[in-house]
Amino acid sequence: MTALAVRRTLQAVVVLLGVSVVTFALVHLVPGDPVRLALGTRFDQATYDALRERAGLDQPLVVQYLQWIGRAVTGDLGVSFRSGDPVTALILERLPATLSLALASILVALLIAVPLGTASALRPRSFVDGAATVLSQIGISVPEFWMGIMLILLFAGTLGWFPSSGYVPFTEDPALWLRSLVLPAVTTGLVSGSVLTRFTRSSVLEALGAEHVRTARAKGLPPRAVLDWHVLRNALLPLVTVTGVQLAYLLSGVVVVEIVFAWPGLGQLALQAVEARDYPVLQGAVLLFAFVFLLLNLVVDLLYSRLDPRISA
Amino acid sequence: MSAAAAPVRPRRNRFLAGARLLLGSPPALFAALVLVGVVLVALFDDQVAPSGANDVDVQQRLQPPGAGHWFGTDDLGRDVLSRVVLGAKVSLQVGVVAVGFSLVCGVLVGLFAGFYGRWLDTALMRLMDVLFAFPAMLLAIAVIAILGPGTTNAMIAIGITYTPVFARVTRAAVLGVRESVFVRASRSVGASDPRLLFRHVLPNALPPIIVQTSVSLAFAVLAEAALSFVGLGTQPPAPSWGRMLAEGRGYVDLAWWIAVFPGLAIVVLVLAFNLLGDGLRDVLDPQQRSALEAARARSGRRRRRTPGRTS
Repeated sequence: MTALAVRRTLQAVVVLLGVSVVTFALVHLVPGDPVRLALGTRFDQATYDALRERAGLDQPLVVQYLQWIGRAVTGDLGVSFRSGDPVTALILERLPATLSLALASILVALLIAVPLGTASALRPRSFVDGAATVLSQIGISVPEFWMGIMLILLFAGTLGWFPSSGYVPFTEDPALWLRSLVLPAVTTGLVSGSVLTRFTRSSVLEALGAEHVRTARAKGLPPRAVLDWHVLRNALLPLVTVTGVQLAYLLSGVVVVEIVFAWPGLGQLALQAVEARDYPVLQGAVLLFAFVFLLLNLVVDLLYSRLDPRISA
Repeated sequence: MSAAAAPVRPRRNRFLAGARLLLGSPPALFAALVLVGVVLVALFDDQVAPSGANDVDVQQRLQPPGAGHWFGTDDLGRDVLSRVVLGAKVSLQVGVVAVGFSLVCGVLVGLFAGFYGRWLDTALMRLMDVLFAFPAMLLAIAVIAILGPGTTNAMIAIGITYTPVFARVTRAAVLGVRESVFVRASRSVGASDPRLLFRHVLPNALPPIIVQTSVSLAFAVLAEAALSFVGLGTQPPAPSWGRMLAEGRGYVDLAWWIAVFPGLAIVVLVLAFNLLGDGLRDVLDPQQRSALEAARARSGRRRRRTPGRTS
């Protein structure tokens, strides 16, 4: 187990180094001078020189990379070309909105997937199974941003139950925070829930066919006990992995949904950075997303091998 | 299919049997019909569309769906149906070119990594791991940040994003085929590496790659729509489904049809690619295929026993 953990962590660190090189290259692959591009019509020589020096663009590339990665490790991701604010502060300001949306979405997804996937596996070829299969297939094919617009049309426009956009911090008003969270979370949760429903169904079906389940039934255990103790415990184990991976996708997948709901998260920050050609901010956001993505995958990998000892064998 | 015909043209018969099996499943048949329909619409878009993509008629702005405009009109009085029809070409083009790009790059990487192994495998696959570590949408956005917005750059961005998936799928399939008896036999009679790779290994590693192509086309159509929606893909006034949704979003209270119809078009096309992918997986995976053939044989026998139920 320890050897596996060390090996996986080392692999993740190597990939992360590669990720940092690609992210660093982002600014240098832009045709032209990134600082001049970012300043645009607001160009003035003093600001230009200060930003170039602050970003270290007058140094050789290798030195620039080492300085950049050295500072990034300590949490300093440079300053925005636009506002001059530290990138780390800009990211930290946006983090709670994205995190709350991603976590609420995965909660919605699990609340849909586990009951629906289990019910459809328990009665294969029934009406519930057919409906679950069709709905999850459609759910996977729907663009999230369109789903968002449709939910706004119905629940914000016609019924007026929820606000159509905007974010209220939890610390300001928990009730309003929850109301503003519902529509975006349901939007992304429905799509992730479709993936997880299909997965739960096949996982439960596989567990139902296992020999220990037949034994449990044969010795006369009540169906509910068989389901809870022998089927679900085994079937939901792989769901841990897929849920972790889905969460990692959600963290970045919410980019477009954040635009639909005017949600001030990291995805919106990254898009604003692209529009403003604010490369340090884009670099910071991309690096953070990739880091979280790798970290979540690593944690899921290790958690799974801990839950299922056969993996580490 | 008769057993006697099999030895004469085995490959063609196998293909026909596979196609029959695929189209025998209602979802796959639906998918195939939708895809043929969309391709025809995209090919003859000028003839199918009732008017031009940018025929502005301010007198007719925000008209609901009706006899004159089946899908209604947008804020500039442009016919939504015409724009949906003309947008099909953009979606298909981006999907096919982007997936073609990742297919060629990813398959070559996976083929060489899996076949040669050792340091080449490590180097190529670590590179793919690095690309894979970026969340897809964000990587596409970052590539567009470098190249600039536009349809062509969106194709490149989506193509780069999905390359690692093809590399992984191909490598896994190649690893399964590399040590097969027929590959070893070819090598022992002196076949060159390119011959081994492209005549023996690749054709036998194809099934999972074909399935991945269909699924990736679905993702690519979604990604193009998403990029155009946030203003980084197809640029106005060109009709793109994602762009139309972005434009319709502001009028969703007044004119639901501007956002509803392009969205439905995306759902139908993506659903068709996904269903086709599922169908292909069933037919191309030997285990699934045997199960499917057995199920068909059972239902065939049942139909023969109760002829009154079939017509």
